[in-house]
This record gives sequence, C-alpha cells and structure tokens, in this order.
Amino acid sequence: MIEVIDAQRCTSCDICVNICPTNVFDKTHGIPVIARQADCQTCFLCELYCPEDALFVSPFADIPQNVDLEALRQNALLGSYRRAVGWTEETKDRRDIDRSYLLFGH
Amino acid sequence: MTVQSTRAERVSAPAGSVEFDADVLIVGGGPAGTWAAISAAERGARVVLADKGFCGTSGATAAAGTGVWYVDPEPALREAAMANREKLGGHLQDRRWMARVLDRTYEQSNRLADWGYPYPVDDNGKSQRNSLQGPEYMRLMRKRTKQAGVTILDHSPALELLVDEKGAVAGASGLRRHKHDRWTVRARAVVIATGGCAFLSKTLGSNVLTGDGYLMAAEAGAEFSSMEFSNPYAISAAFGSVTKTLFYGWATFTYEDGSVVPGAASKGGRSAIARALTQGPVYARLDKADGDVQRQMRVSQPNFFLPFDRTGIDPFADRFPVTLRLEGTVRGTGGLRIVDDSCATTVAGLYAAGDAATRELICGGFTGGGSHNAAWAMSSGTFAGRGAADYARHAGPARGRRLSSAGTLALRQRAERSFKPAELAKAVQDEVFPYELNYFREAGRLGGSLERLDALWSEVAQADAAGADDVFRARESASMLATARWMYRSGLARQESRGMHRRDDFPDQDNRQRHYITSGGLDEVWTSVRPHAEAVYAEAAE
Repeated sequence: MIEVIDAQRCTSCDICVNICPTNVFDKTHGIPVIARQADCQTCFLCELYCPEDALFVSPFADIPQNVDLEALRQNALLGSYRRAVGWTEETKDRRDIDRSYLLFGH
Repeated sequence: MTVQSTRAERVSAPAGSVEFDADVLIVGGGPAGTWAAISAAERGARVVLADKGFCGTSGATAAAGTGVWYVDPEPALREAAMANREKLGGHLQDRRWMARVLDRTYEQSNRLADWGYPYPVDDNGKSQRNSLQGPEYMRLMRKRTKQAGVTILDHSPALELLVDEKGAVAGASGLRRHKHDRWTVRARAVVIATGGCAFLSKTLGSNVLTGDGYLMAAEAGAEFSSMEFSNPYAISAAFGSVTKTLFYGWATFTYEDGSVVPGAASKGGRSAIARALTQGPVYARLDKADGDVQRQMRVSQPNFFLPFDRTGIDPFADRFPVTLRLEGTVRGTGGLRIVDDSCATTVAGLYAAGDAATRELICGGFTGGGSHNAAWAMSSGTFAGRGAADYARHAGPARGRRLSSAGTLALRQRAERSFKPAELAKAVQDEVFPYELNYFREAGRLGGSLERLDALWSEVAQADAAGADDVFRARESASMLATARWMYRSGLARQESRGMHRRDDFPDQDNRQRHYITSGGLDEVWTSVRPHAEAVYAEAAE
C-alpha cells in the first residue's frame, strides 16, 4: 500500500491525485494527502508517474507498514520502479528492453 | 481543426451536474475502451469515454502488462495458434471468431508500432510484438484517444444506463468523484468496456474491476454467456499484489517442512497448490530459472521484483510464502453475451468489449491469460466501437427522446434498511474466494452458497438508496453480488468438468454438454443452453 509522500521532494504537482486509479489521494493547498489508504490496490502506478520520486508503495497489499523514509532515500528505493521501466531521463533506453518473447512458451 | 467538429457537445445541466450530447458513450478506459473510443471516432462519431479511475492507469493491463496473441499471417502459424488451445478450452471456441480476432490483433498491434510503441527488437533484427508493457501501452492509448477527439471523463464511475421508450440504451449517468458532481451522457449507443469482476481480491490492478458494467447492462435486459468459467486464481507472494503466474513456471513449491507439494505447478498443477493451501502455508522458490532467464525476467517485468526487492527476498534463492488470488471473470472467459460480429448485446444500442464481454469465442472455457484477452480487447474494442458508431448513425437523434434511468439496487428508495457496501462486499468475497466453493465445485456447496447469495440479494434489493458518499461503493458491491449469482447458477447448470470449470461431482468432460450456458436476471437468476456454433452451422447446412 502507498505509505509515504516525501515532503522534501514533492512539488505539489498533483499527478498522483489525478492518475491513481482507485482515488487514494486528495488534493490540498500544498502536498497531497493519502486520504483513503485502504483503497490502495498496491499497483505501484503512482510511484511510476511521480516525476520527483517522492512516493513509496510498500509491497504489502493488505497491511499498512511503517517505513523509514530516510533509509528509503539512502538506499535509492524511491523511484526504483520508474528507473527500471525506463521512465527517467537516465534510463529511457530501457523502454524497449522487454524480453518476454524469450520467456513465453516455457 | 477537424476533430473539433466531431467532439461531444457539453450541454447545460442542473446545478451539481454536467451533461453531454454524444453519438457513442464508452464506459471504461482500459485497452478495450480506448480501442473502442478511437475506432468509433475514426468512423466520425462524437465520443465520450467515462472511466471509473484514470484512463491510462486503471484496469488490469495498465498495472500488470500483458502478452498479446499476435501471430504472423502465415496459414500454418495461424492454424497452430487456433488449434493449440482448443482442448484446454473444452472445444468451445469458434474458429471463425478466432480468425477474425487474429487478423484484427495483428493489424492493431502494428498500428501501435506506427504510433511509437517501443517494441523490442530481437537478435535477428525482428520487432517482437507479442508482449506489451502495461504503463507504456496505456499511456500511449490515452494519448491516441485524446488525439482522436474523444472527450475523456476521469474518476467518473458510471452508475446506471439510460434507456428510451422502446428500451434501447441511450446513455448513462454517474459521478465525477473529483468534481463532487454527477454526469449524464445522452448517446445513441453505449459500449460497455468495464472489464470483468475480480471481487476486490487485489490481484494486480484489478480492484477497479467489480462487474459494474454487468449490473448496468443486466438492468437494461442484457444476457451473459459462459459465466461458469469464472474461477481462475493467480499466484502471488502471500503478502503481495503482484500476480504474474508465468514466472512461477520456474518455481518449486514446498510445504512448511520443505518437502515438495506433489503435482504443484504454475501450469497444469495450480489445483495442487490450492488443495495444499487449504491445509497450511505453501512456499515457492524460482530455483529452475538459470542466469539467462533471471536476467530476462528482470528486464521484462520489473514490477514482479518489487515485492521481493523491497522485502529483501531473493526469489531465485529464498523460499517465500505464496497464495492464490481470485481473478474471477477478469481471467475467466464469461461476460456479456455477444450476438453479432459488431459485438452487439441482446439489448438495442448496447455493445460490449474486452473482459466485460464473453471471450468464449476465442478462449472457450479456459482462461485467455493475458495473451488472448489482450487480443480480444484490441479486436472486440475495434468491432464494438465501429458497430456502435454505425448504429448511432442510423438511430434517431439522441436529444428530444424521453429517457429513463435503468438502475435498481442502491439507487431507488425502498424501505428503512440502510445499505452497507463494505459488509456486502465481504459477504460476497466469503462465497467466491474459498477454493472449496469456487475452485473445486460441487452441487451441494454451490447450492448452499447460492442460497446465501440469493438471501443477500433479497435483503439489499429492499434497502434504501445509498447516500452520495456511499453510492459508488454500494453499486460496486451490488455488482459483485449479481456476478456471483450468475457465476454459480451457471456453474450448477454445467454438470461436467470442462475448461476451468471443475465439478467434484462430475469430474469428466461430457460430450453432450458441448454447448454454452446463457444466464441473466436480477431478482430471479435464470440459465439456459445454447448450442455451440458448429452445431448451428451443421443444422443450417442440412
């Protein structure tokens, strides 16, 4: 489930509010809030769309977790999914790296 | 610009609401909905697309990614593609439909390349088009939908259909959750592309898929087909949401004590996992994947690794607990019954596409997995969008007709009882999640479950309309309840094991039951039998 919006990184662009398929966030006059955490389906898409790597989705789908934001920052876990799929400037050459065709038919 | 002239028109509406006049309304913004919207717009229709979440991220495909049933147009390859799953599907597929879906999927996948989708190129320089990265694909589809001149309503769940004096579908209305108001679209035709129903099981990206389109369509009189094929379960880490069963093809499954679960496998052995899970925890380790395969997995499906990397598990070396999450009619094959090549339903003006429509025509009774379902979304979306646009051109004007709302549960004042959406959703899950009820079916257990589900229906059918804050969840839970009843009533009617439908009391396939089960109804759920297409052709030839 979505656990944290890093206030140091968030620019209040509200992209997460707009793109969350299950409407978990609410806009405010500043940083959005996680208003309906229980509605989070753990799809990781808010993290993927965040241009500032300010969000972290814990992989636990059913139970909220305490996360250590400082440790997430230090271990480069913020934005790791976005980098992996090539949605950052530095990793955009990964967008066509899919090798599923070698795995099908197993 | 030419697109401006074909845009849906915003018309004046009472305070707290917004109203549009359109030719075609698409309900749902996943792959099927966006293909339908683009196809209808390309036919000159003014199109509105209403998505429950955000068109581009909502639905199973955006979150999960998908294989695609993409086969080069060589007769031998096409023949093999059609033949190789007929037995699994219980020989309920229709060859003519398979061929037209293969054609359309090939064509539309190639259009994606023209639009800039970054397909990978293999070592021989060939572009490989049988897999799509979900976020990338659906971001592109949203862009193309907007470029086609379609008006997109995000965070705008439809609540009910509108029908005219003759019962033809003529639009829908719903909520705009971010604007805190309501929308109405008067349209000459509606395409239901709301996906299937996974009962809020948290299988990846599926919690927006609660069968809403089924309930709306049934309230307008639509029928269903193959709803008994509704019990696929996907493997995931026990704590997580990432259901990518393909990768478990390289797994060894073990009990708590480390001994191997006999017969357990991702393919052809998932029932052994289900049986073991009823006794205690089951663990997996992807120890059959060599270094090459591990690297291919990493770059192909990065989201598969998120639960592991973030909990410090090495899935190739460490064993971790797994579970099976219900995918219902998302990976099942049942859905709204299609009556012609344009994906029309049994109700005038109403079309169905993607997982909301039956996929028996290309999958028979066995899951299309991602691959066939993705092909179906592209193809049926295209057929339905064109069909709806053509119908709209010949139907009378949308304005000036007297329209009424078709919605029932949670929308009409009945009695003094209140509607409790969370409780209802949980009660439905208790009937459809357990493996002993849904995976391994048997008349007594199905019957008992149906009694409880029917009693729930009687109760909530008498409940008051839900309040503004609750109505969306109330409609979702009512849709889940309705879906469960069509599923189990159809499951009782098929007294054999065929495709994914397994009956403990009828363990074998019965050749006399090579037919389809039609279902429908709200207060009274009914089923009937329709012959397989080949029998119809044979009869016509005599």
